[in-house]
Amino acid sequence: MKQKNIDNIIALSNDLRWQIGDEFHDNLAEGIYADAAEIVKVSVHKPNGDNRLRLDAKIDKIITSKTWGFPLMFLILAVVLWLTIVGANYPSSMLAELLLNTIHPALKGYASALGLPWWLDGFLIDGVYMAVAWVIAVMLPPMAIFFPLFTLLEDFGYLPRVAFNLDHLFKLSGAHGKQALTMSMGFGCNAAGVVATRIIDSPRERLIAIITNNFSLCNGRWPTQILIATIFIGATVPASFAGIASLGAVIGVAVLGICFMFLTSWALSKTVLKGEVSTFNLELPPYRPPRFWKTIYTSIIDRTLIVLWRAIVFAAPAGAVIWLISNIHVGDLSIAAWMIDSFDGFAFLFGLNGVILVAYIVAIPANEIVIPTILMLTVLVTGISGGAGAGVMFELDSANATGEILRAGGWTLLTAVNLMLFSLLHNPCSTTIYTIYKETKSVKWTVVASILPVILGFVVTFLVAQVWRLFA
Amino acid sequence: MEVKPKSACDSCAHFNAAGLKKLGVDTSSFDHVIALAGNPNTGKSTVFNALTGLRQHTGNWPGKTVTRAEGGFEYNNEKYKLVDLPGTYSLLSTSEDEEVARNFILFGKPTVTVIVVDASRLERNLNLVLQILEITDRAVLCLNLMDEAKRNDIEINTRTLARDLGIPVVPASARYNEGIPELIQTISEVANGTIVCKPHRIKNIPKNIEKAVEDLSVEILKEYPDMPNSRWIAFRLLEGDQHIINLLQTGEFEEYIS
Repeated sequence: MKQKNIDNIIALSNDLRWQIGDEFHDNLAEGIYADAAEIVKVSVHKPNGDNRLRLDAKIDKIITSKTWGFPLMFLILAVVLWLTIVGANYPSSMLAELLLNTIHPALKGYASALGLPWWLDGFLIDGVYMAVAWVIAVMLPPMAIFFPLFTLLEDFGYLPRVAFNLDHLFKLSGAHGKQALTMSMGFGCNAAGVVATRIIDSPRERLIAIITNNFSLCNGRWPTQILIATIFIGATVPASFAGIASLGAVIGVAVLGICFMFLTSWALSKTVLKGEVSTFNLELPPYRPPRFWKTIYTSIIDRTLIVLWRAIVFAAPAGAVIWLISNIHVGDLSIAAWMIDSFDGFAFLFGLNGVILVAYIVAIPANEIVIPTILMLTVLVTGISGGAGAGVMFELDSANATGEILRAGGWTLLTAVNLMLFSLLHNPCSTTIYTIYKETKSVKWTVVASILPVILGFVVTFLVAQVWRLFA
Repeated sequence: MEVKPKSACDSCAHFNAAGLKKLGVDTSSFDHVIALAGNPNTGKSTVFNALTGLRQHTGNWPGKTVTRAEGGFEYNNEKYKLVDLPGTYSLLSTSEDEEVARNFILFGKPTVTVIVVDASRLERNLNLVLQILEITDRAVLCLNLMDEAKRNDIEINTRTLARDLGIPVVPASARYNEGIPELIQTISEVANGTIVCKPHRIKNIPKNIEKAVEDLSVEILKEYPDMPNSRWIAFRLLEGDQHIINLLQTGEFEEYIS
């Protein structure tokens, strides 16, 4: 009886659908709009017409124009980076002074007063504590500046305009225009960028966005870029231009990352991820004056502290590992020294050195600790004084002192350039890899997303090293 | 959220700050389910945060809420579970986010659906509002972004709007926490039946379609006499919505509406 009634309903709906014809959907939509217009006519009054739309349209005409769209985008990127680089200097050195030069000796003092054995004191204070202190000193200030600036732009409504400007390029590379948004999120944190790809409906285009998100230079890598550019690139020009030159180099690397993102997207969409580009609507939202202090507060609490906490969680065990490999000896060399020696020849091919490769292996959990690891290992192998002892991460007071250590370790301009390139093109950090797995539920694509950038990194640094040595 | 009693407002039901407790993500047991629907970028997440005390990421770009966020609050000793749905322009097509929103309003049995609209773009937003009102008869319109509407000299008569839509209308600027106490009070009144809605039904439909919808509706009501939204089901059947047809055929439909 019941089933019969239900069959009746479905049969009737089929008949009726036939009778009313194709226009049903349109008629219904029109009916709704007509109702909406009637309601608005009674209740909404605009005495002065639509002012705001005119102002928004004027701003959009400039920001999304063919002439000004791109230069403005780079200008905004440059200003954000410049504020981050310059602004982070002072708080960074203050934090370093406090955590590394005041608290660290104090802790060592307590430890010896308590009579802790040297290995426990070394493991905990020189290993774990120093790694955490380093990450806080290096990462907190730039993040506390970069994230709020980014969030202010986001609240203002700039991101969809970036998507609009870049849409044509994404279409050419066979990817989804909304990838511009996930790419932008990646500049803060790749794991966040990967989660944001959920806004892309098509699975094919979403995979492209996930795999290429790592080409957005993330917060863990900005400090590396900035430090190396300041030491080596800035030194190649007269002092008065040093700031501009290093800023230019950092922006250059970021833009290069965007180029690789487009190239890889294009290559993927022409080979393993073939398919049509889907069309989509993206509403350009009204410009809204951001709530300045609230934005600053929430972006520091939500983004900065969360990302920082993650970095600390990963840095602590990494610090322990570094301390262990530099203090456990096999024969007359420490494990770290053995690893560096065995990687040196291979690394030479790519214009890098064994120290850098070992640092990247140790730093897979968190990119933030690459530079401190490199410094520590360099001191270890060169045997020069300046560090705090075997396996102890440290930061020197000035970029100059850091530069001296690195040059003593045999670094050249080529090493610096290739380190910057390799920092851009290598595997994502462990959090991002895990996030990719959670989002794709596929081991295969997680492996592709992790390995592809490393291969690219080796190819690019190899080519640069060969060409460089040919001409230099 | 700060609910600051201002001068003479202390005695008003809307400023019942003592009765409000934000529960964050704790939605373990609850008396009412509240769905939060609306167009993209109308501030649903901001309203969600203001109600639950959570800090869902907000930003000025459409589509940033990618998951169905849930949170809760307690008001006058009743627990409310709040579900932040992805923003959609309509419920009539088949894209994934629209399906999530449509199915939740239709089958998730929310006690009250709060529709968040952009006050300065009301006409465009009404498209979705009118569709939701076909599905549910317990809804509240949150007229958000009133600060922007004011800045642009847009005046909205909330009384005539509430009368025409047949549901309570609460003007708000969620970014500044304005209108949130009123919204909570209104939600509780609709949930408890103090306010009874008489939602607007779509009028400007050609006669032949209206007749088809009516005929089909009568048949549906014969089988499911308690169905509150037989008209919407009729719309969907005429549209050929395979999801609804399947549910009818397998008998699962019963479970959803009972």
